[in-house]
Amino acid sequence: MSGVRVLVGTRKGAFILTSDGKRERWDVSGPHFGGWEIYHLKGSPVSPDRLYASQSTGWHGQVVQRSDDGGKTWEAVGNQFVYDGVPGTHQWYDGTQHPWEFKRVWHLEPSLTDPDTVYAGVEDAALFRSTDAGQTWHELSGLREHPTGAQWQPGAGGMCLHTILLDPSHPERMVIAISAAGAFRSDDGGRTWKPINQGLRSEFIPDPTAEVGHCVHHVALHPARPDVLFMQKHWDVMRSDDAGDSWHEISGNLPTDFGFVIDVHAHEPDTVYVVPIKSDSEHFPPEGKLRVYRSRTGGNEWEALTRGLPQSDCYVNVLRDAMSVDQLDPCGVYFGTTGGQVYASADAGDNWEPIVRDLPAVLSVEVQTLP
Amino acid sequence: MIRLVLPPHLRTLARVEGDVELQVDGPVTQRTVLDALEARYPVLKGTIRDHVTRQRRAFLRFFACEQDLSLDPPDAPLPDAVARGDEPFYVIGAIAGG
Repeated sequence: MSGVRVLVGTRKGAFILTSDGKRERWDVSGPHFGGWEIYHLKGSPVSPDRLYASQSTGWHGQVVQRSDDGGKTWEAVGNQFVYDGVPGTHQWYDGTQHPWEFKRVWHLEPSLTDPDTVYAGVEDAALFRSTDAGQTWHELSGLREHPTGAQWQPGAGGMCLHTILLDPSHPERMVIAISAAGAFRSDDGGRTWKPINQGLRSEFIPDPTAEVGHCVHHVALHPARPDVLFMQKHWDVMRSDDAGDSWHEISGNLPTDFGFVIDVHAHEPDTVYVVPIKSDSEHFPPEGKLRVYRSRTGGNEWEALTRGLPQSDCYVNVLRDAMSVDQLDPCGVYFGTTGGQVYASADAGDNWEPIVRDLPAVLSVEVQTLP
Repeated sequence: MIRLVLPPHLRTLARVEGDVELQVDGPVTQRTVLDALEARYPVLKGTIRDHVTRQRRAFLRFFACEQDLSLDPPDAPLPDAVARGDEPFYVIGAIAGG
């Protein structure tokens, strides 16, 4: 029987949860790298026991860990992230220019075809690639050197490149997103990039429809239909049907269209999940009710999923990389909270239960479906 | 032998227990001690000093012989008691975080 491995990054270490295909009983291992912030860990789709983890602290900076046995043992690999050339400046919170400074890796995206190739999205925003299983990292500097770079600015969490989407149909195409610059697409393997923010509207920048400056929180796609992108922006849930060339709003009947996570059902490309958060100044669910919203129509029409989720006095947040789906049938959906719970649904969101409930604040959740 | 005391996170990362003993040939300075440490434990590169600038990371301090040496030049000699191995050189994490 197939199984599921849930990789959980938290403020104080990594945890790995495993279950068989029934997804009823879960074993928890960890903390791995106890005391360190684990912004993200993710497995190679072509070699599932190859995992990469981003480990950091304010004291000691960045470490990258690699496992070749599904997280039982780990080896620290390369942690030198050096921008190409003189990195220049970007906009600071107060509107002045500020030099680019590496702070941490937010997201690691293993290649769809080569277990030794992995991309790293970092703060201050840039994209790095390793082709030797994480030993050395090289910047794909065409992104940071885009002429709009001086206009990019940090969101409250820093100027992070947090989303990396690899297009399975077009090996040279990738989409990334930066807070607060927006989404960008490369069609030549990361050499050159163009902003793909037409249709986004952000009231917190002087020109709400500017080419860059948008605080994109997360972007998701279904691998069978990669030209359709779903975005949770700072405010607004958005959809593109042309690989990001244009966007339209699909917030519809959501109680609030602020939030961080967004993901797509493994077998239904028009079934989308979000977790609405009250506002940019109150990062918790509206009315103290933790509700996942599901659209089966590709947006606009949303239903609240509440069964098994706390419906009173719940004031956690669900951060941008903290939702994932498995590939089983019915599709499993998973998300983690800043309160340390990881909730799972083995029936596409109809029913939920916490599969672990007292971890440190959850930063990221990734799910592997194992043979 | 130079005795060096690492903070707990770095002991875990380097997979060492207790003090680290290092052979340093030539002048005993912050730079030569940390160079010897990183040569023995490459995993610590970048965790105490920046990879490129070699500057001390902001939330770390260097103590020895009841003195804060953090702001001393990296090529200044460390106290004789450290050079003789009588006193350890401490890498300390600032009291910060949660």
